Amino acid sequence: MNLSGWGRFPQVDSRVLRPRTPEAVADALAGGRAIPRGNGRAYGDAAVSHGVTLDLRGLDRMLAFDPATGQLVAEAGVLLSDIIDAFLPRGWFPLVTPGTRFVTLGGMIAADVHGKNHHRAGSMAESVDWVEVMVAPGQVRRAARDENPELFEMTCGGMGLTGPILRAAIRLQRVDSGWIRQDSIAAPDLDAALAAFEARMAATYSVAWIDCLASGRSLGRSIVMTGEHARLAELDNRRRLRPFAIPAKRRLSVPFDLPGLALNRWTVGAFNAAYWRQGRRGAGPRLVDWQSYFYPLDAIDGWNRIYGRRGFAQWQVALPLDRAAVGLRALLAEIAAAGQGSFLAVLKRFGPGRGGLSFPVEGYTLALDFPATPAALALMDRLDALALAQGGRFYLAKDARMTAATFARAEPRLPGFQRFRSAAGLDLRFASAQSERLNL
Amino acid sequence: MTQDLAKSPVLILGGRSDIGLACARAFAAAGHPLQLAARNAATLEPAAQDLRLRGGGAVSLHEFDVLDIAGHAAFLDALPEPPGIVLCAVGAMGDQEASERDPQAAALVMRANFEGPALILGEIANRMEAAGRGVIVGISSVAGDRGRATNYVYGAGKAGFTAFLSGLRNRLARTGVQVVTVKPGFVATRMTEGMDTPAPLTAQPEEVARAILRAIRTGGTVVYVRPVWRLVMTAIRAIPEPLFKRMKL
Ligand SMILES: Cc1cc2nc3c(=O)[nH]c(=O)nc-3n(C[C@H](O)[C@H](O)[C@H](O)COP(=O)(O)OP(=O)(O)OC[C@H]3O[C@@H](n4cnc5c(N)ncnc54)[C@H](O)[C@@H]3O)c2cc1C
Ligand SMILES: NC(=O)c1ccc[n+]([C@@H]2O[C@H](COP(=O)([O-])OP(=O)(O)OC[C@H]3O[C@@H](n4cnc5c(N)ncnc54)[C@H](OP(=O)(O)O)[C@@H]3O)[C@@H](O)[C@H]2O)c1
Repeated sequence: MNLSGWGRFPQVDSRVLRPRTPEAVADALAGGRAIPRGNGRAYGDAAVSHGVTLDLRGLDRMLAFDPATGQLVAEAGVLLSDIIDAFLPRGWFPLVTPGTRFVTLGGMIAADVHGKNHHRAGSMAESVDWVEVMVAPGQVRRAARDENPELFEMTCGGMGLTGPILRAAIRLQRVDSGWIRQDSIAAPDLDAALAAFEARMAATYSVAWIDCLASGRSLGRSIVMTGEHARLAELDNRRRLRPFAIPAKRRLSVPFDLPGLALNRWTVGAFNAAYWRQGRRGAGPRLVDWQSYFYPLDAIDGWNRIYGRRGFAQWQVALPLDRAAVGLRALLAEIAAAGQGSFLAVLKRFGPGRGGLSFPVEGYTLALDFPATPAALALMDRLDALALAQGGRFYLAKDARMTAATFARAEPRLPGFQRFRSAAGLDLRFASAQSERLNL
Repeated sequence: MTQDLAKSPVLILGGRSDIGLACARAFAAAGHPLQLAARNAATLEPAAQDLRLRGGGAVSLHEFDVLDIAGHAAFLDALPEPPGIVLCAVGAMGDQEASERDPQAAALVMRANFEGPALILGEIANRMEAAGRGVIVGISSVAGDRGRATNYVYGAGKAGFTAFLSGLRNRLARTGVQVVTVKPGFVATRMTEGMDTPAPLTAQPEEVARAILRAIRTGGTVVYVRPVWRLVMTAIRAIPEPLFKRMKL
């Protein structure tokens, strides 16, 4: 069947198997080169294969929870949304979460996802105690910092290319409530935005929406938002009584593909200008529920259809700290000049990175999405070159179109990853459309 | 919930079924203790543990074969508590061609979809009637709305089950016992694995679960999970027989 990632681009003809047990996973692996798939929220072709795609959502049982340590053991297909539904009412929240909760545990580990707290908490791997990986049909290895450490390192951020993760143990954090104390400031240009991040390194969460169509003196203008889990004492009486209850959300949905015209430089430009004005006016502290704070897009089912039939592509780079300002300025100038902005442009300060192919590096990350049009694809090629010139690194979970040469230049760590795969024979067993394109 | 069954135990007959387990998760999340009944119940322990973690409540496992009719009463007597809500997800699609050739195979399909589920729910209905409260949810099928060449043995079983539930609902209307008939349409489960069902007509088990909990909350009677199915089946039922008999459906 035709399969794609969240961006619906590219589409790949794949044989999809849905094993529900480790034995069935082993059987499926015996049928040729395969790639695991979680909930398909990676944008590009990381979780689709020209051979077999292993849909692991059927492995979705929670196995154990230790309230003394906050450790949850679960099968890899469990959704983050289910973890939150089960444990937030008992005062636990994931240590690391991406911007959607409709991801699986396995997908979060394989992409080594980062959240708004990366500058303090690090990436997903920091909250993983161990994983169990099926490295060959029927052969399951446990990997942790002190057990098969190299497999652990390569699996976290390894995009499924070390084999399907069957189960994992992760740690949750204690929270007092389902509310976040958010503070926001309007930064009129890039320097102000970066200064705001640097001044807020102590904040638990920080992230900025950046207006990627603003140019000239306004280049890089941003709304920088920080957040803290609200303590009981910080809630009013009504909320303190039921600290985990939040107002029910209306779920909206995009039931069909919007025509490609719906998003163009004028609609996006108007949206961005309005968002900026509203952000500036609404700056200051307020209390926000966890869903609106962490997962605003989850309220709209199928929002990936707003880009129309041909789908869209994300582009996300991480620039090392000392080159971030120069690099971001060059990227933003190019985007603004091309008039190909997106409204989901995000800027974020990263803390120190990890090994393997894990994406984050200490510095800044910029993420944008574009319709998969020829003009936008050409722009992304130019952005690749600008980012490479500043030591940029690219996020595989977002990529759908990079060239192998670009990735190899960005990743001095790639040969180590390839050696690990071939030494263990993993390259013969696991491949995605992305790994073939990028020679991972 | 129309009755005060907010934290009352829920019995799921056919506890291994994908739809049954999705419902179990939804009931667990809503804080209900659960009783899962199935053949080889002990093998459901990992599912039970999962439900305990999700809901934090009690989950018990019970050996149950819907075809063991003589054992129904004893099975119910042995439950830790009489359930306030009972969901029957037992069913078997069988193989239509086998059912045409082999009367034993056909009988099994009829019994697993009609006789067994109807009789256990009938016994439960009597107990709930005596208690003056309770909810019975039977998962039947649109396949019972009109017999078609490709699955009429299964469909006939479901038609019988649908009629039984309808009668039960009618009989108990004034007793405080609610009876819900669910006709899910296509659902992506083990039963339909490998079948190429049209996406807009195919629900996920979680959707079925949401529809069932909503029906219980609002006093619903006959539930088509995706509303489009009500239209589809109205259209299919309206086709005149002389025409219908020549169609390939
Ligand atoms: C709206 C939105 C916001 C996002 N925000 C962020 C963000 O803030 N930060 C961030 O880091 N990411 C973000 N992402 C990306 C997303 O978190 C990752 O792509 C994540 O990997 C998706 O998980 P999934 O379960 O859908 O996996 P899939 O997309 O199905 O797979 C992703 C990768 O994981 C591998 N994989 C999946 N399951 C397993 C398994 N069991 N064993 C081994 N490998 C496996 C696949 O092979 C593939 O390489 C966002 C995505 C969306 C759609
Ligand atoms: N999937 C669909 O498209 C669809 C559509 C309409 C209606 N339905 C109905 O929905 C219900 C649930 O089905 P499902 O889709 O979840 O498929 P399923 O996973 O195959 O569930 C059917 C269940 O019935 C149980 N069962 C069969 N014979 C039994 C017996 N003699 N005693 C006890 N249990 C028995 C099976 O138990 P074992 O595990 O022990 O075999 C199985 O768990 C069924 O009634 C089905 O007819 C399904």
